[in-house]
Amino acid sequence: MSETGNLRDDLSNPPKGPTRNQIWVGFGVLVGLVLIWMIVAQWPDWLDAILISKKAFLSAILNGLTLAGLYFLVASGFTLIFGLMRNVNLAHGSLYLLGAYVGYEIATRTGNWFIGVGGAFIAIALVGLIMQILVFRRLEGDDLRQTLVSIGISIVAADLMLAVWSGGTYQILTPEWISGAIKLPVVTAERSNGTLVFLKYPLYRLIVLGVAVAIGVALWLTLNKTRIGMMIRAGVDDREMLSASGVNVHYVFAGVFALGAGLAGLAGVIGGSALSVAPGEDIRYLLASLVVVIVGGMGSITGAAIGALLIGLAEQIGLVYFPTYGVVLTFVIMVVTLAIRPEGIMGKRL
Amino acid sequence: MSSIDALRDPNPSGPAFIRHIGAGNVILAVLLILYPAVASDFFLTQIGGYTLIFGMIALSLMLLAGYGGMVSLAQITVVGVAGYSVAIFGENSSDVMGFGWPWWIYVPVAVLFAAIASALIGLIAVRTEGIYTIMITLAVATAAFYFAQQNYTLFNGFPGYAGLRAPEVFGVNWRDPLPFYYLCLGTASICYAAVLYGAQSTFGLTLQATRDNQRRMRAIGYNTTAHKVFAWFLSGAIAGLAGVLLVWFQGRISPGTIGVGAAVNILIIAVIGGLRHPIGPFLGSILVVMMQTFAIDIVGAERFNTLIGLVFLGVVFVSPDGMLGLWEKAKPYLKQNSLRPDP
Repeated sequence: MSETGNLRDDLSNPPKGPTRNQIWVGFGVLVGLVLIWMIVAQWPDWLDAILISKKAFLSAILNGLTLAGLYFLVASGFTLIFGLMRNVNLAHGSLYLLGAYVGYEIATRTGNWFIGVGGAFIAIALVGLIMQILVFRRLEGDDLRQTLVSIGISIVAADLMLAVWSGGTYQILTPEWISGAIKLPVVTAERSNGTLVFLKYPLYRLIVLGVAVAIGVALWLTLNKTRIGMMIRAGVDDREMLSASGVNVHYVFAGVFALGAGLAGLAGVIGGSALSVAPGEDIRYLLASLVVVIVGGMGSITGAAIGALLIGLAEQIGLVYFPTYGVVLTFVIMVVTLAIRPEGIMGKRL
Repeated sequence: MSSIDALRDPNPSGPAFIRHIGAGNVILAVLLILYPAVASDFFLTQIGGYTLIFGMIALSLMLLAGYGGMVSLAQITVVGVAGYSVAIFGENSSDVMGFGWPWWIYVPVAVLFAAIASALIGLIAVRTEGIYTIMITLAVATAAFYFAQQNYTLFNGFPGYAGLRAPEVFGVNWRDPLPFYYLCLGTASICYAAVLYGAQSTFGLTLQATRDNQRRMRAIGYNTTAHKVFAWFLSGAIAGLAGVLLVWFQGRISPGTIGVGAAVNILIIAVIGGLRHPIGPFLGSILVVMMQTFAIDIVGAERFNTLIGLVFLGVVFVSPDGMLGLWEKAKPYLKQNSLRPDP
C-alpha cells in the first residue's frame, strides 16, 4: 500500500526540477553538438595537442563505428540465440571464422564476392540449424551442459579448421569498385597555400557500416512489426507460454538459431574482407560478442547495437590514444556496466 | 553431500585416525607416496607432477562449481597472477622486472595476489548467476590474456618471462624429479584435505546451501555475497599455489600459459573428472595428462585438440558428472553382485 501512497504523492506534487529523462536528452544533445562541432570546425591548436590531430581522431571514430558494425553483426545473432533459448553458444566465434573461410573459398572459386557473402550466410545458417537440431535440442533446459557442449564444439571446430585451412592468413578480395578510398566532405586541415585537405576513408568500411545498420534496422523491424518477430519476442519473455499458445517453438528455435549462425557467417566474410582471416579470430569475436552482449543486455537487439557501439569505439579510440591498455578499456566498460546494471544496459532484470 | 558419504566406508574399522580420514584416502596416500619406487623420472614429473598441478587448478574450479555453483573459466588467469608474481618478484632471465626476493617472501606474496585477484573476479561474477558467470569469467580470462600479451612493462608481452627457478632449500634442488614430485604431492594433498574438510565446515555447508537456494539463505540472514566471494578467495589461494608450482616446473611463463585454450583445458579436466567430489579433478587430470602425453602417438600432435574435444563432448553427453558419475552409475551393479544373497 505504501507504494500507491508514494505514487499519489508524486502525482500531486510534481518534482520541480527537470526529470531524469530531460537530463539525459539534454546531455545527449550537448554531446551531439560537440561532436558536430568537432567534425565541422577547424581544430584549434590546443585540441590538436590533446587529441593528436583531427585526422587521427576522426579516423579512430570511423574505424570504431565500422568495427561496431561488425561486432553488431556477430553479437546480434549471439544475443538472439541467448535470449530465446537461454543457450550461451560459445561456438559462435567458430561460426564466424568458418563463415570467413567458406566465404573465401566460394569467393575465390566463383570470382564473385557477393556469391561468397550469400554462400557463407546460407552455409553457416545450415551448420547452425544442424547444431541446434542434433545437439542443443537434446539438451534443452540444461543451460550448463549446453554451454559445455558448445565449448567442446568450438575446440573441435578450431582444430579442424586449422587442419583444413592451416595457420596462414587469408584476405578475401572485394570487387574493384568498392575497394579503394573515397574523399569525405570533411576538412581535416588547411594547407598554407589555402587548399583544403579532405579526410580520406576506405569506401569498403563505410559499406560495412551501412550493411550493419541496414541489417540492424531489418532485424528490428522483423522483431517488432511482424508476426514471426512477435513469436520470437514472446519466446524471449516466456517460452512455455508461447508453446502453450499453439506455436511450435522448435521451429522458432531452429529458425532463430539458423538466422543467428548465418549472421555470424555473413559477418565472417564481411570482416574477413575488411581485416583478414586467421586462426584465433574466432576467440577475438567470441570475446567481442560476450562483452557486447554483457554490456548491452542479453536478448536485446537494441542492446547489442549500443554495446557494439561502445565496445567498437572504445577499442579503436584506445588503440590510438593508449595502445597497450585498449583491452583494459573494454574490460572497464564491462565491469562498470555490471556494477551499475548487472542485467546490461537494455537487459531485463534477471 | 551424498557422494562424499558414498565414498566413505559404511562400516569403518581399524584405528581411529584411519576411520577419521577414510580408508580409501589412506590407501590412496600410501600408493602415491610409493609411486616413485616404480616410476621413472619422466613418469614422476611429466605425468605425476603435471597431473597433480593441473588437478589442483581443476580442484580450485571444483570448489567454486561443485560447492558454490559458480562455473569459472578464469581459474587459469588466477594461476597466471601467481606465475607472473613469481617472475616479477623472484628472479628471471628476461632482464625485465625480477626483484630477486627470496622464495619465502615471494611465494606467499604470489599466492596472496592470486587469492585477491580471484576474489576480485568473484566480486564481479557474483553480481550475476549461472551461465552468466561462465560468460563473464571467459571475458575476464580473454581480456587478461590479451593484456598480458600487449603489455611489455609489467608482463614482458609476447615472450613473457623465462629462467624461473625453483629454490634450493635444505640443500635439495626442488626442481629435481623426486623432490618436485613430493612437493607437488604434499601441496596437492594439503589442498585436497582442506577442501574435504572445508566442505563439511560451517562455511562449506553455508556455501552449499547458498548454491541450492540463495534466496532462502539470504532470507535467513546470511550474507550470501560475502560467502561466495570468500569461496573465490580460497579457490584463488589453491590456484595460486598450483601456479607457483607450474612456473617452477616449466621455468617460464608467457601469455600462452594463460590463454583461452588453457582456460578451457581446466574446465575440461574438471568436467571430465566430475565436479561432485574433490577427487574428481585429479581423476580428470590423470586422464587428460595421459591423453596429452600418449595420444599424440596415435593421432599426431596436430589433431590432439580434436580428440580431447570429442572426449569432452562424449563425457558431457553420456555422463554429466564425469568419471565420478560413471562410477556412481556402475556402483549399483557391482554392489548387487557382491551383496546378492546366495540362492
